[in-house]
Amino acid sequence: MIDTVIFFVSAVIAVGSAVMMISQRNPVLSVLYFIVSLLAQAVLYVQLGALFLGAVLIIVYSGAILVLFLFVIMLLNLRGTEDLGPTGPAVSRASKYLVSVLLLVELVFVIKASFFSAVPVGIVDVAPSEFGSVESVAELLFSNYLYPFELTSILLLAAIVGAVVMAGRLRDTHQEEGETETPTTDVQIKEEV
Amino acid sequence: MLEVVIISSIKVLVVISVVLFGCAYATWLERKVLGHMQHRIGPLYAGPHGLLQPIADAVKLIFKEEIIPDKVERATYALAPMISFIPAVLTFAVVPFGVDGSILGHEVKMVISDLNIGILFVFAITSLGVYGIVLAGWSSGSKYSLMGGIRSSAQMISYEISYGLSIIGVILIAGTLSLTELVTQQGSTSIWFFANWFILKQPLGFLLYVICAVAETNRLPFDLPEAESELVAGYMTEYSSMRFSMFFVSEYANMIAVACVGVTLFLGGWQGPFIDTMPWLAMVWFMAKVIFWMFCYIWLRATFPRFRYDQLMAFGWKVLLPVALFNTMATALAVTLGWL
Repeated sequence: MIDTVIFFVSAVIAVGSAVMMISQRNPVLSVLYFIVSLLAQAVLYVQLGALFLGAVLIIVYSGAILVLFLFVIMLLNLRGTEDLGPTGPAVSRASKYLVSVLLLVELVFVIKASFFSAVPVGIVDVAPSEFGSVESVAELLFSNYLYPFELTSILLLAAIVGAVVMAGRLRDTHQEEGETETPTTDVQIKEEV
Repeated sequence: MLEVVIISSIKVLVVISVVLFGCAYATWLERKVLGHMQHRIGPLYAGPHGLLQPIADAVKLIFKEEIIPDKVERATYALAPMISFIPAVLTFAVVPFGVDGSILGHEVKMVISDLNIGILFVFAITSLGVYGIVLAGWSSGSKYSLMGGIRSSAQMISYEISYGLSIIGVILIAGTLSLTELVTQQGSTSIWFFANWFILKQPLGFLLYVICAVAETNRLPFDLPEAESELVAGYMTEYSSMRFSMFFVSEYANMIAVACVGVTLFLGGWQGPFIDTMPWLAMVWFMAKVIFWMFCYIWLRATFPRFRYDQLMAFGWKVLLPVALFNTMATALAVTLGWL
């Protein structure tokens, strides 16, 4: 009984705040709604008995990635009232509709598949005891999903190297133009406030 | 079922009261210790040795006028102190503070919730605390606050990684994420009661944990988000009265939380001599260790000057992170070869 109540409350919060997130003009509020949605999702994981996945969801997304989002938003001091500039060429304006339609189709397929799947979806009475535990996740990660796992780490490494190279190039051009070396974040903020 | 609910509620009430009382007296300890370290006396007039000073301060803060500047973003401005306060207190839910026993015929576990992923819970919750600071900085509509908030988020991202890696060594050796299990493993019946404390097997991990914990709680020498000589009071510049005191209390609650987790991970938790004959001593040992940790925290503040911003970033990324990675690799190797 109480499980059902908790499930529906957190499911509504998760979906509702996801909708609020994409309908906000203010980027900081968007991030906040994103966090609320993630917390509600973590509650759902915990209800399934997957404590580990719930904790990792919060640590990785709420604890690290969204702090980074907030940092960038605050660094640029975006408040949702900025003029977004002239709209791009017709192709790039059309692309957003194309991507939206693709995502919608994907969503429909996922929902349809879950209705007809053999595995029960929704409130499960008894979750398998091993489901979502540290051991079972680790076992899958290092057996069935070893190659995707290793490939992801290479992808991340490539991204880090790329970011460093781009930052280095930016600094070189600054020096060639005779500017002072890499202004610290504080200096940039002073100019913008 | 009812029994469990009642016992848990009592435990929650007791732990929260002790933590809030501890926060109040941590401020007294801080002022007293700092005072003596700087050849001053510290609070003296309210009660013996100024012991009633925290109560006087609390009353003063409650009755102060609340001033809300015009330019604030109302909703987030009001939420920010709560967002920073709640995670600070939630951490205590998984910290074991004594030997399980029976009180009035009821079996009582001396921990509010013995999660099997306890340490991950702690890290998930503490990582949420930064939003209070960041949102306070952003919603205040003041450049000092904004800069404090930005610094805080950058600092948090930089030190969170080393913070997480610093405890991996302990987890690798212990093979568990449950804080209760970690404390049990550190017990020892020999005369060398500290023989199994993880600080002996993970000295580097302990050092990393201490440094990152100080950075995560924004204390000197890492208190750039509120650096008063440049940013007035950083993210809490525009706050007054009770909202200000919530930030204040959550800073101290965070310090105590970090101390409790550190003691549990590295200093044997409630383990100590004579607990097999007198189980209540466990709580005394735990309290004593936490108070000693808090004393060292204040000692640090009296000793070190504040970092410059670029030094802070360079130290986090170029020193702490490689050392933490090295420690993780070395421990993994040692555990695989069966040395630890």
